[in-house]
Amino acid sequence: MKKGIITVVGKDTVGIIAKVCTYLANHQINILDINQTIVQDYFNMMMLVDLDKASIQFGDIVDELEVLGKEIGVVVLLQLEDIFIQMHRI
Amino acid sequence: MIKLFEVNETNNMILKENLDVRTITMGINLLDCASSDINKFNNKIYDKITKKAENLVKIGEDISKEYGIPIVNKRISVTPIALAGAATHANNYVSTAQILDKAAKEVGVNFIGGFSALVNKGMTPSEENLIRSIPEALSVTDHVCSSVNVGSSKTGINMDAVRLIGEIIKETAERTKDRDSIGCAKFVVFCNAPDDNPFMAGAFHGVSEYDVVINVGVSGPGVVKKALEGCRNENFEVLCETIKKTAFKITRVGQLVAQEASKRLGVPFGIIDLSLAPTPAIGDSIADILCEMGLEYVGAPGTTAALALLNDQVKKGGVMASSYVGGLSGAFIPVSEDQGMINAVLAGALTIEKLEAMSCVCSVGLDMIAIPGKTSTSTISGIIADEMAIGMINHKTTAVRIIPVIGKDVGDVAQFGGLLGHAPIMQVNNFDCSAFINRTGRIPAPIHSFKN
Repeated sequence: MKKGIITVVGKDTVGIIAKVCTYLANHQINILDINQTIVQDYFNMMMLVDLDKASIQFGDIVDELEVLGKEIGVVVLLQLEDIFIQMHRI
Repeated sequence: MIKLFEVNETNNMILKENLDVRTITMGINLLDCASSDINKFNNKIYDKITKKAENLVKIGEDISKEYGIPIVNKRISVTPIALAGAATHANNYVSTAQILDKAAKEVGVNFIGGFSALVNKGMTPSEENLIRSIPEALSVTDHVCSSVNVGSSKTGINMDAVRLIGEIIKETAERTKDRDSIGCAKFVVFCNAPDDNPFMAGAFHGVSEYDVVINVGVSGPGVVKKALEGCRNENFEVLCETIKKTAFKITRVGQLVAQEASKRLGVPFGIIDLSLAPTPAIGDSIADILCEMGLEYVGAPGTTAALALLNDQVKKGGVMASSYVGGLSGAFIPVSEDQGMINAVLAGALTIEKLEAMSCVCSVGLDMIAIPGKTSTSTISGIIADEMAIGMINHKTTAVRIIPVIGKDVGDVAQFGGLLGHAPIMQVNNFDCSAFINRTGRIPAPIHSFKN
Protein backbone atom coordinates (compact mmCIF):
# COMPACT_ATOMS: atom_id res chain seq x y z
CA MET A 1 0.00 0.00 0.00
CA LYS A 2 1.29 3.46 -0.93
CA LYS A 3 0.83 5.51 2.21
CA GLY A 4 1.17 9.24 2.60
CA ILE A 5 1.21 11.62 5.53
CA ILE A 6 -0.75 14.85 5.19
CA THR A 7 0.06 17.60 7.65
CA VAL A 8 -2.06 20.67 8.14
CA VAL A 9 -0.65 23.52 10.22
CA GLY A 10 -2.05 27.00 10.68
CA LYS A 11 -4.43 29.29 12.51
CA ASP A 12 -7.59 27.44 13.53
CA THR A 13 -10.75 28.21 11.62
CA VAL A 14 -14.10 26.58 10.81
CA GLY A 15 -14.10 23.72 8.31
CA ILE A 16 -10.42 22.87 7.90
CA ILE A 17 -10.95 19.12 8.29
CA ALA A 18 -14.12 19.19 6.20
CA LYS A 19 -12.44 20.90 3.26
CA VAL A 20 -9.37 18.65 3.29
CA CYS A 21 -11.50 15.50 3.68
CA THR A 22 -13.83 16.55 0.86
CA TYR A 23 -10.83 16.97 -1.44
CA LEU A 24 -9.51 13.52 -0.46
CA ALA A 25 -12.92 11.86 -0.97
CA ASN A 26 -13.26 13.45 -4.40
CA HIS A 27 -9.95 11.87 -5.42
CA GLN A 28 -10.46 8.38 -3.98
CA ILE A 29 -7.89 8.86 -1.23
CA ASN A 30 -8.79 6.84 1.86
CA ILE A 31 -8.04 8.22 5.34
CA LEU A 32 -6.52 5.53 7.59
CA ASP A 33 -5.90 7.62 10.70
CA ILE A 34 -6.21 11.19 11.94
CA ASN A 35 -4.33 12.85 14.78
CA GLN A 36 -5.03 16.45 15.69
CA THR A 37 -4.28 19.03 18.39
CA ILE A 38 -4.76 22.74 18.88
CA VAL A 39 -1.97 24.64 20.63
CA GLN A 40 -2.55 28.34 21.37
CA ASP A 41 -5.12 28.71 18.56
CA TYR A 42 -2.84 26.88 16.15
CA PHE A 43 -4.34 23.94 14.37
CA ASN A 44 -2.00 20.99 13.93
CA MET A 45 -3.23 17.87 12.16
CA MET A 46 -1.69 14.78 10.68
CA MET A 47 -3.50 12.24 8.50
CA LEU A 48 -2.31 8.85 7.35
CA VAL A 49 -3.80 8.19 3.91
CA ASP A 50 -3.89 5.34 1.41
CA LEU A 51 -3.00 6.56 -2.08
CA ASP A 52 -3.32 3.25 -3.96
CA LYS A 53 -6.64 4.14 -5.60
CA ALA A 54 -6.01 7.87 -5.96
CA SER A 55 -7.55 9.17 -9.17
CA ILE A 56 -4.70 11.60 -10.01
CA GLN A 57 -0.89 11.64 -9.94
CA PHE A 58 0.92 12.01 -6.61
CA GLY A 59 2.68 15.21 -7.68
CA ASP A 60 -0.62 16.79 -8.69
CA ILE A 61 -2.18 15.97 -5.31
CA VAL A 62 0.78 17.69 -3.61
CA ASP A 63 0.23 20.82 -5.72
CA GLU A 64 -3.55 20.87 -5.33
CA LEU A 65 -3.38 20.40 -1.55
CA GLU A 66 -0.95 23.31 -1.39
CA VAL A 67 -3.44 25.48 -3.27
CA LEU A 68 -6.31 24.29 -1.06
CA GLY A 69 -4.23 25.15 2.02
CA LYS A 70 -3.69 28.68 0.74
CA GLU A 71 -7.43 29.09 0.22
CA ILE A 72 -8.13 28.04 3.82
CA GLY A 73 -5.15 29.98 5.22
CA VAL A 74 -3.16 26.97 6.45
CA VAL A 75 -0.13 25.01 5.21
CA VAL A 76 -0.99 21.57 3.81
CA LEU A 77 1.80 19.13 2.95
CA LEU A 78 1.62 15.61 1.54
CA GLN A 79 4.70 13.40 1.80
CA LEU A 80 5.24 9.67 1.40
CA GLU A 81 5.23 8.03 4.83
CA ASP A 82 8.65 6.41 4.35
CA ILE A 83 10.62 9.58 5.09
CA PHE A 84 9.21 9.64 8.64
CA ILE A 85 9.52 5.88 9.20
CA GLN A 86 13.13 5.93 8.03
CA MET A 87 14.07 8.85 10.23
CA HIS A 88 12.26 7.87 13.43
CA ARG A 89 12.21 4.05 13.48
CA ILE A 90 15.19 1.70 13.54
CA MET B 1 2.33 4.48 13.63
CA ILE B 2 4.32 7.66 13.33
CA LYS B 3 3.49 10.31 15.93
CA LEU B 4 2.54 13.90 15.25
CA PHE B 5 5.60 15.28 17.04
CA GLU B 6 7.87 13.11 14.90
CA VAL B 7 6.29 14.39 11.71
CA ASN B 8 6.67 17.94 12.97
CA GLU B 9 10.31 17.35 13.91
CA THR B 10 11.13 16.14 10.40
CA ASN B 11 9.25 18.96 8.72
CA ASN B 12 10.85 21.59 10.96
CA MET B 13 14.26 20.23 9.99
CA ILE B 14 13.35 20.64 6.33
CA LEU B 15 11.44 23.92 6.48
CA LYS B 16 13.32 25.80 9.20
CA GLU B 17 16.78 24.23 9.56
CA ASN B 18 17.81 23.73 5.93
CA LEU B 19 17.84 19.92 5.97
CA ASP B 20 18.41 18.75 2.43
CA VAL B 21 20.02 16.09 0.35
CA ARG B 22 22.95 17.99 -1.06
CA THR B 23 23.53 15.94 -4.16
CA ILE B 24 22.58 12.88 -6.14
CA THR B 25 25.63 12.17 -8.25
CA MET B 26 25.57 9.63 -11.05
CA GLY B 27 28.97 8.07 -11.69
CA ILE B 28 29.47 6.99 -15.31
CA ASN B 29 32.32 4.82 -16.59
CA LEU B 30 33.83 6.13 -19.84
CA LEU B 31 36.55 3.52 -20.34
CA ASP B 32 34.41 1.79 -22.98
CA CYS B 33 34.39 5.01 -25.02
CA ALA B 34 38.11 4.78 -25.80
CA SER B 35 39.08 5.64 -29.37
CA SER B 36 42.25 6.62 -31.18
CA ASP B 37 40.40 9.59 -32.66
CA ILE B 38 39.51 12.39 -30.24
CA ASN B 39 36.40 13.39 -32.20
CA LYS B 40 35.05 9.85 -32.06
CA PHE B 41 35.94 9.69 -28.35
CA ASN B 42 34.09 12.96 -27.71
CA ASN B 43 31.02 11.75 -29.60
CA LYS B 44 30.98 8.47 -27.71
CA ILE B 45 31.22 10.09 -24.27
CA TYR B 46 28.52 12.60 -25.17
CA ASP B 47 26.20 9.80 -26.26
CA LYS B 48 26.88 7.66 -23.19
CA ILE B 49 26.48 10.49 -20.67
CA THR B 50 23.30 11.89 -22.20
CA LYS B 51 21.77 8.40 -22.46
CA LYS B 52 22.64 7.19 -18.96
CA ALA B 53 21.77 10.47 -17.23
CA GLU B 54 18.73 11.24 -19.37
CA ASN B 55 16.26 10.89 -16.48
CA LEU B 56 18.54 11.85 -13.58
CA VAL B 57 17.20 15.37 -13.04
CA LYS B 58 13.55 14.40 -13.58
CA ILE B 59 13.72 11.48 -11.14
CA GLY B 60 15.60 13.63 -8.61
CA GLU B 61 12.82 16.20 -8.78
CA ASP B 62 10.09 13.53 -8.49
CA ILE B 63 11.68 12.07 -5.36
CA SER B 64 12.10 15.53 -3.91
CA LYS B 65 8.42 16.30 -4.40
CA GLU B 66 7.07 12.98 -3.15
CA TYR B 67 9.05 12.98 0.09
CA GLY B 68 9.01 16.74 0.57
CA ILE B 69 12.78 16.91 0.91
CA PRO B 70 14.86 19.32 -1.21
CA ILE B 71 17.51 17.64 -3.37
CA VAL B 72 19.73 20.60 -4.09
CA ASN B 73 22.01 19.27 -6.81
CA LYS B 74 21.89 16.61 -9.47
CA ARG B 75 25.37 15.93 -10.80
CA ILE B 76 27.52 13.57 -12.85
CA SER B 77 31.00 12.21 -12.29
CA VAL B 78 32.91 10.40 -15.02
CA THR B 79 36.05 8.31 -15.33
CA PRO B 80 39.13 10.56 -15.20
CA ILE B 81 39.42 11.87 -18.76
CA ALA B 82 43.19 11.40 -18.74
CA LEU B 83 42.54 7.64 -18.48
CA ALA B 84 39.49 7.31 -20.71
CA GLY B 85 41.01 9.52 -23.39
CA ALA B 86 44.59 8.24 -23.30
CA ALA B 87 44.21 6.25 -26.53
CA THR B 88 43.47 9.43 -28.47
CA HIS B 89 47.07 10.61 -27.94
CA ALA B 90 45.61 14.10 -27.94
CA ASN B 91 47.95 16.85 -26.79
CA ASN B 92 45.04 18.98 -25.63
CA TYR B 93 41.74 17.96 -23.98
CA VAL B 94 39.85 21.26 -24.17
CA SER B 95 37.44 19.85 -26.80
CA THR B 96 36.58 17.02 -24.40
CA ALA B 97 35.87 19.53 -21.61
CA GLN B 98 33.53 21.38 -23.97
CA ILE B 99 31.73 18.12 -24.79
CA LEU B 100 31.33 17.37 -21.07
CA ASP B 101 29.92 20.88 -20.62
CA LYS B 102 27.49 20.35 -23.49
CA ALA B 103 26.37 16.99 -22.06
CA ALA B 104 25.83 18.57 -18.62
CA LYS B 105 23.65 21.28 -20.18
CA GLU B 106 21.71 18.70 -22.22
CA VAL B 107 20.72 16.61 -19.19
CA GLY B 108 20.33 19.62 -16.87
CA VAL B 109 22.91 18.85 -14.16
CA ASN B 110 24.75 21.78 -12.58
CA PHE B 111 28.21 20.21 -12.46
CA ILE B 112 30.04 17.37 -14.17
CA GLY B 113 33.25 16.16 -12.53
CA GLY B 114 36.03 14.02 -13.90
CA PHE B 115 38.20 16.30 -16.00
CA SER B 116 40.80 14.64 -13.89
CA ALA B 117 44.15 12.89 -13.69
CA LEU B 118 45.54 10.50 -11.07
CA VAL B 119 49.25 11.20 -10.90
CA ASN B 120 50.14 10.33 -7.32
CA LYS B 121 53.27 8.50 -8.45
CA GLY B 122 54.02 9.59 -12.00
CA MET B 123 52.45 11.29 -14.99
CA THR B 124 51.70 9.65 -18.34
CA PRO B 125 51.79 11.91 -21.40
CA SER B 126 47.97 11.84 -21.43
CA GLU B 127 47.83 12.98 -17.81
CA GLU B 128 50.34 15.77 -18.30
CA ASN B 129 48.46 16.96 -21.38
CA LEU B 130 45.19 16.94 -19.47
CA ILE B 131 46.68 18.93 -16.60
CA ARG B 132 48.09 21.48 -19.05
CA SER B 133 44.60 21.77 -20.63
CA ILE B 134 42.93 22.65 -17.30
CA PRO B 135 43.29 26.47 -17.38
CA GLU B 136 41.72 26.82 -20.82
CA ALA B 137 39.15 24.07 -20.17
CA LEU B 138 37.88 25.78 -17.01
CA SER B 139 37.77 29.19 -18.65
CA VAL B 140 35.67 28.08 -21.65
CA THR B 141 33.19 25.85 -19.77
CA ASP B 142 30.55 26.54 -17.11
CA HIS B 143 29.77 23.17 -15.54
CA VAL B 144 32.99 21.17 -15.79
CA CYS B 145 34.92 20.42 -12.61
CA SER B 146 38.50 19.24 -12.56
CA SER B 147 40.67 17.43 -10.05
CA VAL B 148 44.15 15.99 -9.84
CA ASN B 149 45.34 13.44 -7.29
CA VAL B 150 49.00 14.18 -6.59
CA GLY B 151 49.70 11.99 -3.58
CA SER B 152 48.69 8.97 -1.55
CA SER B 153 49.75 7.15 1.62
CA LYS B 154 50.87 4.21 -0.54
CA THR B 155 52.91 6.11 -3.12
CA GLY B 156 54.04 9.35 -1.49
CA ILE B 157 53.71 12.76 -3.16
CA ASN B 158 54.49 13.51 -6.79
CA MET B 159 56.29 16.83 -6.31
CA ASP B 160 56.71 17.34 -10.06
CA ALA B 161 52.91 17.39 -10.26
CA VAL B 162 52.66 19.67 -7.21
CA ARG B 163 55.04 22.15 -8.86
CA LEU B 164 53.09 21.99 -12.13
CA ILE B 165 49.75 22.44 -10.36
CA GLY B 166 51.00 25.66 -8.73
CA GLU B 167 51.52 27.06 -12.23
CA ILE B 168 48.20 25.64 -13.48
CA ILE B 169 46.24 27.27 -10.65
CA LYS B 170 47.86 30.62 -11.35
CA GLU B 171 47.15 30.34 -15.07
CA THR B 172 43.54 29.30 -14.41
CA ALA B 173 43.15 32.35 -12.19
CA GLU B 174 44.57 34.62 -14.92
CA ARG B 175 42.23 33.21 -17.56
CA THR B 176 39.15 33.89 -15.42
CA LYS B 177 40.34 37.13 -13.79
CA ASP B 178 37.31 39.04 -15.09
CA ARG B 179 35.16 36.84 -12.79
CA ASP B 180 37.36 36.95 -9.66
CA SER B 181 39.37 33.95 -10.93
CA ILE B 182 36.36 31.64 -10.54
CA GLY B 183 38.02 28.95 -12.68
CA CYS B 184 40.06 27.95 -9.61
CA ALA B 185 36.84 27.29 -7.65
CA LYS B 186 36.16 24.41 -10.05
CA PHE B 187 39.53 22.76 -9.51
CA VAL B 188 40.77 20.71 -6.58
CA VAL B 189 44.05 18.93 -5.91
CA PHE B 190 43.94 15.80 -3.74
CA CYS B 191 45.96 13.39 -1.68
CA ASN B 192 44.22 9.98 -1.27
CA ALA B 193 41.29 10.98 -3.51
CA PRO B 194 38.29 8.64 -3.06
CA ASP B 195 36.81 6.90 -6.14
CA ASP B 196 33.19 7.46 -5.11
CA ASN B 197 33.02 11.04 -3.87
CA PRO B 198 29.71 12.64 -4.90
CA PHE B 199 30.77 16.20 -3.97
CA MET B 200 32.23 18.76 -6.35
CA ALA B 201 34.69 19.95 -7.43
CA GLY B 202 36.51 16.69 -6.68
CA ALA B 203 34.05 14.06 -7.90
CA PHE B 204 35.25 11.51 -10.45
CA HIS B 205 34.22 7.93 -11.22
CA GLY B 206 37.01 5.60 -10.13
CA VAL B 207 38.20 2.65 -12.19
CA SER B 208 37.11 0.10 -9.56
CA GLU B 209 33.48 1.24 -9.82
CA TYR B 210 30.33 -0.08 -11.58
CA ASP B 211 29.54 0.99 -15.14
CA VAL B 212 26.98 3.43 -13.73
CA VAL B 213 26.33 4.12 -10.05
CA ILE B 214 24.37 6.46 -7.79
CA ASN B 215 26.16 8.15 -4.90
CA VAL B 216 24.41 10.54 -2.55
CA GLY B 217 25.75 13.32 -0.37
CA VAL B 218 23.66 14.35 2.62
CA SER B 219 23.89 17.55 4.58
CA GLY B 220 22.26 19.47 7.37
CA PRO B 221 24.60 21.59 9.50
CA GLY B 222 21.60 23.73 10.45
CA VAL B 223 19.88 20.71 12.00
CA VAL B 224 22.94 19.85 14.09
CA LYS B 225 23.27 23.48 15.20
CA LYS B 226 19.61 23.59 16.25
CA ALA B 227 19.92 20.33 18.18
CA LEU B 228 22.97 21.64 20.02
CA GLU B 229 21.09 24.78 21.06
CA GLY B 230 19.15 22.42 23.31
CA CYS B 231 22.26 21.25 25.18
CA ARG B 232 24.08 24.40 26.20
CA ASN B 233 26.02 23.93 29.48
CA GLU B 234 25.72 20.14 29.17
CA ASN B 235 28.76 17.85 29.39
CA PHE B 236 30.58 16.26 26.47
CA GLU B 237 28.64 13.02 26.75
CA VAL B 238 25.34 14.80 26.15
CA LEU B 239 26.90 16.91 23.40
CA CYS B 240 28.22 13.86 21.55
CA GLU B 241 25.03 11.84 21.95
CA THR B 242 23.00 14.73 20.52
CA ILE B 243 25.24 14.99 17.44
CA LYS B 244 25.12 11.23 16.87
CA LYS B 245 21.33 11.05 17.06
CA THR B 246 20.95 14.01 14.73
CA ALA B 247 23.48 12.61 12.24
CA PHE B 248 21.56 9.32 12.26
CA LYS B 249 18.31 11.06 11.32
CA ILE B 250 19.91 13.18 8.61
CA THR B 251 21.64 10.18 7.07
CA ARG B 252 18.47 8.06 7.03
CA VAL B 253 16.92 10.59 4.68
CA GLY B 254 19.96 10.33 2.41
CA GLN B 255 19.74 6.54 2.49
CA LEU B 256 16.07 6.65 1.53
CA VAL B 257 16.69 9.04 -1.34
CA ALA B 258 19.68 7.00 -2.56
CA GLN B 259 17.69 3.76 -2.56
CA GLU B 260 14.74 5.36 -4.33
CA ALA B 261 16.96 7.01 -6.95
CA SER B 262 18.81 3.73 -7.51
CA LYS B 263 15.55 1.82 -7.93
CA ARG B 264 13.87 4.32 -10.24
CA LEU B 265 16.95 4.84 -12.42
CA GLY B 266 17.76 1.12 -12.54
CA VAL B 267 21.31 1.87 -11.45
CA PRO B 268 23.19 0.32 -8.49
CA PHE B 269 23.40 2.31 -5.25
CA GLY B 270 27.04 3.05 -4.44
CA ILE B 271 27.50 4.97 -1.22
CA ILE B 272 26.19 7.67 1.06
CA ASP B 273 28.74 10.36 1.77
CA LEU B 274 28.28 11.36 5.42
CA SER B 275 29.57 14.86 5.03
CA LEU B 276 28.24 17.94 6.75
CA ALA B 277 28.37 20.44 3.91
CA PRO B 278 27.58 24.11 4.53
CA THR B 279 26.13 26.65 2.09
CA PRO B 280 26.35 30.44 2.21
CA ALA B 281 22.74 30.53 3.49
CA ILE B 282 22.29 31.81 7.03
CA GLY B 283 21.82 28.89 9.42
CA ASP B 284 23.59 26.38 7.17
CA SER B 285 27.07 26.70 8.63
CA ILE B 286 29.68 24.36 10.12
CA ALA B 287 31.29 27.33 11.83
CA ASP B 288 28.03 28.07 13.66
CA ILE B 289 28.03 24.52 15.08
CA LEU B 290 31.54 25.01 16.46
CA CYS B 291 30.51 28.36 17.94
CA GLU B 292 27.42 26.73 19.46
CA MET B 293 29.77 24.29 21.21
CA GLY B 294 31.34 27.25 22.98
CA LEU B 295 33.80 29.07 20.71
CA GLU B 296 33.59 32.83 20.18
CA TYR B 297 34.78 32.40 16.59
CA VAL B 298 36.12 29.50 14.57
CA GLY B 299 39.89 29.73 14.87
CA ALA B 300 39.88 30.30 18.64
CA PRO B 301 41.88 27.78 20.70
CA GLY B 302 39.76 24.65 21.00
CA THR B 303 38.61 24.80 17.38
CA THR B 304 40.52 21.72 16.23
CA ALA B 305 39.23 19.68 19.17
CA ALA B 306 35.65 20.82 18.59
CA LEU B 307 35.88 19.95 14.89
CA ALA B 308 37.42 16.53 15.65
CA LEU B 309 34.57 15.80 18.04
CA LEU B 310 31.95 16.92 15.52
CA ASN B 311 33.44 14.95 12.64
CA ASP B 312 33.74 11.75 14.64
CA GLN B 313 30.23 11.88 16.08
CA VAL B 314 28.70 12.57 12.66
CA LYS B 315 30.39 9.43 11.37
CA LYS B 316 29.35 7.36 14.39
CA GLY B 317 25.71 8.40 13.99
CA GLY B 318 25.72 8.17 10.21
CA VAL B 319 27.39 4.78 9.80
CA MET B 320 24.49 2.94 11.40
CA ALA B 321 21.95 4.84 9.32
CA SER B 322 23.36 3.73 5.98
CA SER B 323 24.16 0.37 4.46
CA TYR B 324 27.16 1.68 2.50
CA VAL B 325 29.23 4.67 3.52
CA GLY B 326 32.00 6.14 1.42
CA GLY B 327 33.20 9.24 -0.38
CA LEU B 328 34.77 11.93 1.75
CA SER B 329 32.52 11.49 4.81
CA GLY B 330 33.44 14.29 7.18
CA ALA B 331 32.79 17.93 7.94
CA PHE B 332 33.62 20.34 5.14
CA ILE B 333 35.25 23.62 6.12
CA PRO B 334 35.13 25.77 3.00
CA VAL B 335 35.60 29.44 3.72
CA SER B 336 33.57 31.10 0.98
CA GLU B 337 30.61 28.72 1.30
CA ASP B 338 30.11 29.21 5.03
CA GLN B 339 29.04 32.58 6.46
CA GLY B 340 30.39 31.67 9.91
CA MET B 341 33.84 30.99 8.44
CA ILE B 342 33.74 34.29 6.55
CA ASN B 343 32.84 36.13 9.76
CA ALA B 344 35.76 34.45 11.56
CA VAL B 345 38.21 35.53 8.84
CA LEU B 346 36.88 39.10 8.93
CA ALA B 347 37.22 39.18 12.73
CA GLY B 348 40.86 38.10 12.41
CA ALA B 349 40.20 34.84 14.27
CA LEU B 350 40.88 32.41 11.44
CA THR B 351 44.10 32.04 9.45
CA ILE B 352 45.24 29.65 6.73
CA GLU B 353 47.56 27.98 9.23
CA LYS B 354 44.64 27.26 11.60
CA LEU B 355 42.59 25.92 8.70
CA GLU B 356 45.50 23.63 7.89
CA ALA B 357 45.48 22.32 11.45
CA MET B 358 41.71 21.80 11.27
CA SER B 359 42.11 19.76 8.08
CA CYS B 360 44.11 17.19 10.10
CA VAL B 361 40.88 16.12 11.82
CA CYS B 362 38.13 16.74 9.28
CA SER B 363 37.38 15.46 5.86
CA VAL B 364 38.86 17.76 3.32
CA GLY B 365 41.33 20.54 3.63
CA LEU B 366 42.00 24.05 2.44
CA ASP B 367 38.72 24.58 0.65
CA MET B 368 37.50 27.66 -1.21
CA ILE B 369 40.17 29.94 0.20
CA ALA B 370 40.80 33.18 -1.65
CA ILE B 371 44.39 34.46 -1.50
CA PRO B 372 46.08 37.52 -3.02
CA GLY B 373 46.44 37.29 -6.81
CA LYS B 374 50.11 38.23 -6.57
CA THR B 375 50.94 35.04 -4.60
CA SER B 376 53.82 33.22 -6.35
CA THR B 377 53.36 29.82 -8.00
CA SER B 378 55.96 28.28 -5.68
CA THR B 379 54.06 29.54 -2.60
CA ILE B 380 50.86 27.98 -3.96
CA SER B 381 52.74 24.72 -4.57
CA GLY B 382 54.18 24.93 -1.05
CA ILE B 383 50.69 25.28 0.46
CA ILE B 384 49.55 22.28 -1.60
CA ALA B 385 52.59 20.20 -0.57
CA ASP B 386 51.90 20.88 3.13
CA GLU B 387 48.28 19.80 2.82
CA MET B 388 49.18 16.70 0.79
CA ALA B 389 51.72 15.72 3.46
CA ILE B 390 48.98 15.82 6.13
CA GLY B 391 46.89 13.42 4.05
CA MET B 392 49.78 11.13 3.19
CA ILE B 393 51.04 10.73 6.75
CA ASN B 394 47.59 10.47 8.35
CA HIS B 395 46.04 8.08 5.80
CA LYS B 396 43.20 10.45 5.03
CA THR B 397 41.91 12.45 2.13
CA THR B 398 43.13 16.01 2.01
CA ALA B 399 42.50 18.55 -0.69
CA VAL B 400 43.33 22.10 -1.71
CA ARG B 401 40.91 24.36 -3.56
CA ILE B 402 42.60 27.72 -3.45
CA ILE B 403 41.86 30.81 -5.51
CA PRO B 404 44.54 33.41 -6.15
CA VAL B 405 42.21 36.27 -7.06
CA ILE B 406 43.99 38.28 -9.73
CA GLY B 407 43.93 42.01 -9.01
CA LYS B 408 42.80 41.62 -5.39
CA ASP B 409 44.69 41.65 -2.12
CA VAL B 410 44.13 41.21 1.62
CA GLY B 411 41.15 43.38 2.63
CA ASP B 412 39.28 42.79 -0.64
CA VAL B 413 36.44 40.33 -1.14
CA ALA B 414 36.07 37.87 -4.03
CA GLN B 415 32.51 37.28 -5.30
CA PHE B 416 31.77 33.88 -6.83
CA GLY B 417 27.99 33.79 -6.52
CA GLY B 418 25.51 30.98 -5.92
CA LEU B 419 26.60 27.99 -3.85
CA LEU B 420 30.24 29.11 -4.17
CA GLY B 421 29.54 32.26 -2.15
CA HIS B 422 32.02 35.06 -1.48
CA ALA B 423 35.36 35.09 0.28
CA PRO B 424 37.56 37.65 1.99
CA ILE B 425 41.13 37.48 0.61
CA MET B 426 43.28 35.79 3.26
CA GLN B 427 46.84 36.59 4.23
CA VAL B 428 49.43 34.09 2.97
CA ASN B 429 52.85 33.42 4.50
CA ASN B 430 55.08 34.74 1.72
CA PHE B 431 58.47 33.58 2.95
CA ASP B 432 60.16 31.84 0.04
CA CYS B 433 59.95 28.07 -0.54
CA SER B 434 60.94 28.03 -4.21
CA ALA B 435 64.22 26.15 -3.69
CA PHE B 436 62.26 23.33 -2.02
CA ILE B 437 59.47 23.29 -4.62
CA ASN B 438 61.93 23.39 -7.54
CA ARG B 439 63.50 20.08 -6.53
CA THR B 440 62.34 17.40 -8.95
CA GLY B 441 60.96 13.93 -8.23
CA ARG B 442 58.80 12.50 -5.49
CA ILE B 443 58.49 12.49 -1.74
CA PRO B 444 58.70 8.75 -0.96
CA ALA B 445 55.82 6.80 0.57
CA PRO B 446 55.75 7.07 4.35
CA ILE B 447 56.53 4.26 6.75
CA HIS B 448 53.39 2.45 7.91
CA SER B 449 54.53 1.52 11.37
CA PHE B 450 55.97 3.31 14.41
CA LYS B 451 52.91 5.58 14.58
CA ASN B 452 53.66 8.78 16.40
